[in-house]
Amino acid sequence: MAETPVLRLVDITKRFPGVLANDRVNFDLLPGEIHALLGENGAGKSTLVKIAYGFYQADSGEIHVHGKKVEIRSPRDARRLGIGLVFQGFTLIPAMTVAENVALFLAELPWLVRPKDLRKTIWEASQRYGLELDPATPVWQLSVGEQQKVELLKLLLAKARILIFDEPTKVLVPHEVENLFRVFASLREDGYSLVFITHKLREALTCADRITVMRQGRVVGTVRPEEASEESLLQMMFGERLVEVAKAGTGRVPGEPILELRNVCTKPIGTAPGLEDVNLTVRAGEIVGVAGVSGNGQRELGDAILGLLRITRGRKIFLGEDATHWPPRRLIQRGVAFVPEDPLAMAVVPWFTVLENLALLDPRRFSRLGGLALDWSGVRQLLRAGFAKLGLNPLPERARAGTLSGGNLQRLTLVRELNRPYHLVVGLYPTRGLDVRSANAVRQALLSAREEGKGVLLISEDLNELFSLSDRIVVMLKGRIVGEFRPEEADLTEVGRVMTGAGVVHA
Amino acid sequence: MLSSWRARLGWSAVRLLLTVVVVLGVFGLFLWGLGRDPIKAYQDTFRLNILNSRGLAGVLARMAPLLLTALGVAIPFRAGLINVGAEGQFMMGALLGTWAALNLEGLPMGLHLALVLLAGMVGGALWAAVPGVLRARGWVNETITTLLLNYLAPLVVGYFVFGPWRAPELAFYPQTPEYPASARLPLLFGTRLHLGFFLGLFFLLAYAYLINCSRWGLELRTVGGNAEAARRLGLPVERWILAAMMLGGALAGLAGVAEVAAIHTRLKLDISPGYGFMGFLVNWLAFANPLGILIMAFLIAFIASSGFTLQITQRLPYAAVNVLMALILFIVLAKPLAQRGKR
Repeated sequence: MAETPVLRLVDITKRFPGVLANDRVNFDLLPGEIHALLGENGAGKSTLVKIAYGFYQADSGEIHVHGKKVEIRSPRDARRLGIGLVFQGFTLIPAMTVAENVALFLAELPWLVRPKDLRKTIWEASQRYGLELDPATPVWQLSVGEQQKVELLKLLLAKARILIFDEPTKVLVPHEVENLFRVFASLREDGYSLVFITHKLREALTCADRITVMRQGRVVGTVRPEEASEESLLQMMFGERLVEVAKAGTGRVPGEPILELRNVCTKPIGTAPGLEDVNLTVRAGEIVGVAGVSGNGQRELGDAILGLLRITRGRKIFLGEDATHWPPRRLIQRGVAFVPEDPLAMAVVPWFTVLENLALLDPRRFSRLGGLALDWSGVRQLLRAGFAKLGLNPLPERARAGTLSGGNLQRLTLVRELNRPYHLVVGLYPTRGLDVRSANAVRQALLSAREEGKGVLLISEDLNELFSLSDRIVVMLKGRIVGEFRPEEADLTEVGRVMTGAGVVHA
Repeated sequence: MLSSWRARLGWSAVRLLLTVVVVLGVFGLFLWGLGRDPIKAYQDTFRLNILNSRGLAGVLARMAPLLLTALGVAIPFRAGLINVGAEGQFMMGALLGTWAALNLEGLPMGLHLALVLLAGMVGGALWAAVPGVLRARGWVNETITTLLLNYLAPLVVGYFVFGPWRAPELAFYPQTPEYPASARLPLLFGTRLHLGFFLGLFFLLAYAYLINCSRWGLELRTVGGNAEAARRLGLPVERWILAAMMLGGALAGLAGVAEVAAIHTRLKLDISPGYGFMGFLVNWLAFANPLGILIMAFLIAFIASSGFTLQITQRLPYAAVNVLMALILFIVLAKPLAQRGKR
């Protein structure tokens, strides 16, 4: 190729505690091309572009812009080099107008801003690329799609020539996506170079000139859409992964239903979808996996089961009783345990000690003198016995939760949650962000829960994990269950296709 | 563990001492700039308020409402709530207590007083329940409502002291009749020191024990420490928010009724030189730590008393002492960000 890439990333490696987010990644962007970056959640796409934007620093590797090696230490540096990033979550100030938000971003803003000129500039730019924005509108009045246009406008007026979009279609409805792709095309015509992150195959195939696929922090390959097919891309995204953990007791007949959801609906909140007519049964002694690209109603499913989200229609049956409107406390008392994705935010109090956090298992259970005192020796006993039961070393009882690693926090949560009298355990991305050993401890705990005849609902975006643990896998898309598989009968590609909305299987 | 606890206490003591030195230094400059002799002023203040037993009793008497209003801020604080409304709760406690004092006359001595104090707590608790409910429902932030209700409370009290409850014998002055003897908090040793001080100490000890050692303390701190986790653990978060506000309001209300029942003996508009706000300051300085509340309440009570001393010995307006308190607040707020929000 004769052209010099406008942006070239060479051997980028980035390690987060416990995770290798980018492993010697190479990526180049040619002038006037739309380059899609495709991969599962956690494949390292976002990390890569954030390094190019100076938001993170790479541990090793080089960045070249227009053929010259550069150091990008902050987004300021990146912007000076003409690199702009549209974040997944927006960075606009709702109370200000479009014009004001754009002005805030411009580096060479004069001391005195003449609003009229500014508005004219914005108007012209937005007309040129079909963005159709009124500069005088306050941002809070705009739809999500329009806010995205403001973000783009900011970059254009700041003279960015390399535009990076981090999952721009995630928040858009279909016709807005089409519109965005038209904008992409007109930008390309004007010589802009675009990087476009997505996990949706069709989008990549529709609008990109080249597609680079990432998996587990590495680049799997770069292809042209005309050479690629959905199958080949899926293959690249998910790989031919072998099932690692032997499935104990497959083919066993699961027991009585523990949890049944019948046509359950919830109200959508913000951009998150509500549940729509979800039917799901979890039986004793089985693990039901929930697959899906995150943000398709999995969290809502978990919260609806845990009683944290109001069920607007349909019924929830727990152990044969109608539990549709039970508060969380009642569900917990009847035997629902919960292992969250981020224990520090969702399960523990950071400045409590390990012991205090364990006592939260059920403060009533450890009450003495009617609540006047607490039975700390009882909690201590639980600490020892609970950790021993999971084959783990107990954590120091006086350590503050906030000082523990994510893996240790998750162990603490496991010990607490699996020492209730419970029948059902809901895991909401319980291994997300954990190192391999800690993740395996969680998986092992879920497997032994199944052995004990508990029902397990495992929400995860790690297909490998779901395939190796689950007895059944359901797939969620936009708040609905759109497919159901038995792992021994299905393969990753098939599930991946349903997850990305490429083909809907009617279960 | 014990050694780290000691180290922390030692460090707190050093910081406290440093704060005092800086504050005295800057305020000394301020006095010097006004042409007063700071050394002499400090000597007088110390001699009249600490070494003099009557003066010391006055300082302790001032501690009584401060301990209670500080606790009134500390309890919601532990539940993650900012109660800026102790001043209003103080007034409403005094109001409802006065109702009991004037209308339940004839009951046996101890019983009447107990009911008066209880009524004061109910008054403060109900006043705090308004922001409590609004916050628990997730409608309005409690910081704003408690602050605004401070402006409302004196108007309500004003209505009663100017109107229906106005004492007939001194009609030119807006105040209620005197409390009957059975409704008064006894003064001790012929000084201004009254039983309210020991009530304050009692509630401080109860707070120190319950917040750290009881189930309720654990649950309340969980709500304050991570409301999301508390909700997912099935704790009744809304109820705890309301309970914390009402408990805080009850103690601030008790401060109000005790102040009236011991010192003023009748309800009027100027019963508080800002005890509610000073209580907020005490709690902010102490970060809801019981021992810290004790020390800081003493310090602020001493400073408030000094204001009166300086008025006499240095002919300084009382407002000068507000400068001093503001100084302390600034120095405390200047504490590194990393240390805030701990515990």
